[in-house]
Amino acid sequence: MNTLKLPTDRNIRYLLMILAAIMALMAFSLGGTFFSLTNLQSMSSQLPLLGIFALAMAVCMLTGGINLSIIATTNACSLVMASIITLAPDSSLMLMAALAAGLVTAVIVGLANGFLIAYIGVSPILATLGMMTFINGLNVLVSGGSVISGFPDALLLLGNGDILGVPMPLIFFALFAIGLWVILEHTPLGRAIYLIGSNEKASRFSGINTQKSLVYVYIISSILCWLAAIIMMAKFNSAKAGYGESYLLVAILASVLGGINPDGGFGRIIGIFLALLVLQALESGLNLLGVSSYLTMALWGGILIVFIALQKYKS
Amino acid sequence: MLSLHKDSFYSLFKQHEFYLSLLIALLILGLSVATEDFMTLGNIFDMTVSSAILGIMACGLFVVLIAGGIDISFPAIAAIGQYLMATFVLANGGNFAIAFAIAALTGIALGMVNAVLVYKLKAPAIIITIAMLNVYFGLLIYFSNGEWLYGFPDWFMDGVEVLRFTASDGYDYGLNLPMMTLLAVIALTSILMNKTRIGRQIYAMGGNSDAASRIGINGFGLNLFVYGYMGAMAGIAAVVQTQITQSVAPNSLMGFELTVLAAVVLGGTSMSGGKGTLLGVILGVVLLAVLKNGLTLLGVPSYWHTVVTGLIILISISMTALNEKQQAKQVA
Repeated sequence: MNTLKLPTDRNIRYLLMILAAIMALMAFSLGGTFFSLTNLQSMSSQLPLLGIFALAMAVCMLTGGINLSIIATTNACSLVMASIITLAPDSSLMLMAALAAGLVTAVIVGLANGFLIAYIGVSPILATLGMMTFINGLNVLVSGGSVISGFPDALLLLGNGDILGVPMPLIFFALFAIGLWVILEHTPLGRAIYLIGSNEKASRFSGINTQKSLVYVYIISSILCWLAAIIMMAKFNSAKAGYGESYLLVAILASVLGGINPDGGFGRIIGIFLALLVLQALESGLNLLGVSSYLTMALWGGILIVFIALQKYKS
Repeated sequence: MLSLHKDSFYSLFKQHEFYLSLLIALLILGLSVATEDFMTLGNIFDMTVSSAILGIMACGLFVVLIAGGIDISFPAIAAIGQYLMATFVLANGGNFAIAFAIAALTGIALGMVNAVLVYKLKAPAIIITIAMLNVYFGLLIYFSNGEWLYGFPDWFMDGVEVLRFTASDGYDYGLNLPMMTLLAVIALTSILMNKTRIGRQIYAMGGNSDAASRIGINGFGLNLFVYGYMGAMAGIAAVVQTQITQSVAPNSLMGFELTVLAAVVLGGTSMSGGKGTLLGVILGVVLLAVLKNGLTLLGVPSYWHTVVTGLIILISISMTALNEKQQAKQVA
């Protein structure tokens, strides 16, 4: 396993270098404003949502797959939860039922994706593209394309509250990231995920149940979407088909910037975390400087290209 | 071994296109019986015009996929080509040859940037082109301020129409600009992929790039060509779209990349390169077009359209995968 991790450690060095450069630039141009408590808090409440999507994408990419249906899944979960909650907004029992129903929705989507990919043999990009279209359609069909809002405070607290000044979403993100890290680096499933990404055939012949492992991977990815759904509902105080679509490609971008090899087999959670810091610091800093968010978008893409070029020319 | 492999590809893809045609024929038959309007000249014209952009872009993506690559950035490339073309036409006038040339050349240039990055950085094409989608689109909106362009000269608004005739329903029909462009693009792509050396080389590179480079195929040159071709198609589609909608909105094509990808893979083009036919791609586009048109004519609420499209994609790709699996078993 150690040899597997080595290549990404260089990525982590690069990410730290890029991060330091951005921090220095921001300190120089913005001074204290960038490092003010307000900005740090706003950064740490924005980062988790993209972070969870990146994790949902990354866990599939580690096996050499991809999950294009993450945003559609998230919206499906939030619509299911929202429509149950709004039946009786004051009942805590209903809230529990809603959260459970959202989780069930996520698991069903994950199972379907995993089954198509592992057992039918559809390529992940196609299976999840089809699933994305299908679920997007269902989302609009079920909700009639309208916004569902009116959630109890208990739910809103999950997305907007804080513990000792640390935003709740960040705490959730940390918990799930650590959970995923434990799964990836300290369980047989994690070992299987890295091995499938390196060489699926060899893993199968060495006795790993690759099909079952792949199904688990897509279920894990979906469960992360369920968490994203809760945070998104609380943040926007509403649910609607079509929310968050711009996150799809950015999640891929963040995963790759974090050192996840899209062909599978390599990459660590810590790298994704650093990549998120880079993207978020750049976005918040440029925002404070009054730079257009579209220029930030272009810079994100540019940084990814530079990052890939750096990797290429050092090796 | 190689010939056995090749034979199984051909029988497989004949099968795929056969089933796809069967599905389309059944749909058309059902729709002709169920609705009065489906089999009218007017409806078929409308259907063709409204799927022309999808068809043109699908031809471009088909070539890239056959070469073993993928391009996600083409809607942004199209939008940039469209913007430059529209700005020029609004300022200086001109004609369709100039409009197409500006948009297509912009597309070729940006596509070649993709090709250089994909080839030189040896990173997966999907990652590079997602990054470049962000770069192109971000820069376009930044420099254009997201402003809409409209108020084109008359020659642009009126378009072009040849072979005009009056049908029995009293309306005038003729080949208009979107249709002629679509037909020309299909013809061009067909000649390129089936009749030229370069087309054969693209298939060879997508099938096995190592073997292709060993027999002396210039991988870098071919990459420049296929991504440039995709860019040209994006630019051409952008002019057609501007002519249909009579305006330019910088974000109107965003998100279209996955629809085009769906149409191309629905037609049986392999994501791993080397396998697929233009006929399949056209059938994929036709299937999506007939489906959408049919559901509208049947009065099915538009909410259902995406659900049905998604289901058809899932079923079709599952059948292809199962088929491939069986084929692999037989070979083994």
